[in-house]
Amino acid sequence: MSAQVLRSTRASRSALWVGVALVLVAASMPWWAESSWMREFVEIACYFIFAMMWNLLAGYGGMVSIGQQAFFGFGGYIMLLLGNYAGFNPFVAIPVAALCAALISIPVAWVAFRLQGGYFAIGTWVIAEVFRLSFANMSFVGGGSGTSLTALRGIEKATRESVTFWMALVCVVASIALVYLFLRSKQGLALLAIRDNEVAAESQGIGVQKMKLAVYVVAAFGAGLAGALYFVGNLRISPDAAFSVNWSAFAIFMVVIGGIGRIEGPIVGALVFWALNKFFSDYGTWYLLGLGLLAIVVTIYFKQGLWGWLQQRRGWALFPTQRPLVTYACDGRAATPMRAAASAICFIEIMAGSCRKKRR
Amino acid sequence: MLETLIQGLLLGGLYCLFALGLSLMFGVMRLTNTAQGDFIILGAFGAIAATSWWTAHPALIGLLLLPVAFGFGYALQRYVLNGTLGKDPLPSLVVTFGLSIVIQNALLELFSADPRSIESGGLNTHSLQLGEGLAIGTLPLLIFAVAVLCTLALQLLFERTALGRAFRAVSDDKDIAELMGLDAKEVYALATAIAFIVIAIAGLFQGMRTTVSPSDGPLLLLFAFEAVIIGGMGSFWGTFVGAMVLGITQQIGFRLDPGWGIWFGHLMFLAVLVVRPQGLFPKTKA
Repeated sequence: MSAQVLRSTRASRSALWVGVALVLVAASMPWWAESSWMREFVEIACYFIFAMMWNLLAGYGGMVSIGQQAFFGFGGYIMLLLGNYAGFNPFVAIPVAALCAALISIPVAWVAFRLQGGYFAIGTWVIAEVFRLSFANMSFVGGGSGTSLTALRGIEKATRESVTFWMALVCVVASIALVYLFLRSKQGLALLAIRDNEVAAESQGIGVQKMKLAVYVVAAFGAGLAGALYFVGNLRISPDAAFSVNWSAFAIFMVVIGGIGRIEGPIVGALVFWALNKFFSDYGTWYLLGLGLLAIVVTIYFKQGLWGWLQQRRGWALFPTQRPLVTYACDGRAATPMRAAASAICFIEIMAGSCRKKRR
Repeated sequence: MLETLIQGLLLGGLYCLFALGLSLMFGVMRLTNTAQGDFIILGAFGAIAATSWWTAHPALIGLLLLPVAFGFGYALQRYVLNGTLGKDPLPSLVVTFGLSIVIQNALLELFSADPRSIESGGLNTHSLQLGEGLAIGTLPLLIFAVAVLCTLALQLLFERTALGRAFRAVSDDKDIAELMGLDAKEVYALATAIAFIVIAIAGLFQGMRTTVSPSDGPLLLLFAFEAVIIGGMGSFWGTFVGAMVLGITQQIGFRLDPGWGIWFGHLMFLAVLVVRPQGLFPKTKA
């Protein structure tokens, strides 16, 4: 009997090509689409990247945070400072600001990791508030009322909008690729193992704390990227907008609706959120009330979210990060796929076991 | 200086009432109620609505509010929150966070964004003269006294009564407690019901002392949380002291610059977290 690890499915291979085609069509949008569409895309792209990173943090890293807006706003402010005061091109400042957000997340993690579970969530929220109040007390960025991005003044509106749009597209593709490749790597396997069982993962030699820190830093990078991008599109920043807890609220909503702990989740969630926002946001308070109720109902009755439900019923996986082991009978015919390797821990144990056997 | 200290202690009394419910719910069932602040505001608006229908003394309305809060808390835990408990903190966090958004927007729809306050029959302006140049408001003093009483009552409830023993048992090990014949879901529901009594008291006093508006909740949650962490988890007197520390720190900040009070409170919380992550008075309760 021979065995093989499946790392892609037919759906995932076709999804890749559909994705490439979609990106190419989208990239040509500045030549044919209306500028309002592009603005809308940039906005939803920021929400999406932010949600994607929240999914990585909570769904894979097991760290539920309500304070990721700290890095979102920080990214936005650093981009603005670099553009307005350091003479950076704001578009170049976007990745630099994201890097700064990743750097600041290291001391933040040092403090926040002292709390666990639900208290970690609220602790990160307090830290985001400290960020907000600190920027509100800085008079050179306009204090509480905020300031404008003046560095883009010399650039023509159409050029600015096209470049912002392309930046957003690149950021979306890059963040999906980053998370996908990370989860498929050896580190990703370790992360899945930690999610399944922290103690067992540690016993297999995985550095749990190191891994958690790595995820936290990557998620902060992504949140900073989304923030810098958002305020390049928005041209105006204020502490209340940049560090609003609504960013986390919407990210949680998208991830929970789409399905937590799967890459497709935030994609589906962002689409649902965009559609709801388009048709119902005029209802104001009722709309937000409905979003809150929907999140509650989905969490209690459909824990897997929309995509999880589809995946369960149809076995769809556009971004396969699992490593199912398929065994073949000796005559070469495929036997029933073995589901023994459903969890990452199990997979690591099997690999370790087979290695030992080989050595003997 | 003395005045700042006293003001800080009195403010701490209010924060203690904010925090006790959070401490109780986390202690018994590891549930982090992210809607804590919004429930406090909901309690205040409940009292405001009651006073507009029926002109009675605020104390009477407050007393009538307590059993309602008890029933509300019981039902909420029994029919909604119990289903979210487990090893994974995510479901309970998302559900209470969702509740927070629902409450804020429902209050906004019903009462508009205008700040309101509970008519306390002149109690909020009355003060006691203590020596020259030092006066203490009667209402803050009353709030402080109630905070001490609530802390004492909860501590005694946990230490001396059968219900308190049940709380400690399910907190230590839910499965063994159930084997011993306790109905954990019922115990949880009673814990939340009691937490909601304190939440209603906190809402009532918050509405009397100052104004409340629908979006105030999250900030109150953060204050409550900071008090719990500064004091150390698992002990009500710890929470009480944590609230005092937070109140005094904020008051010193406000004295230096009106924009610094809350900021100072947050920084104090972070400082305690760095220097003494277990809190000032931790009680080693598993």
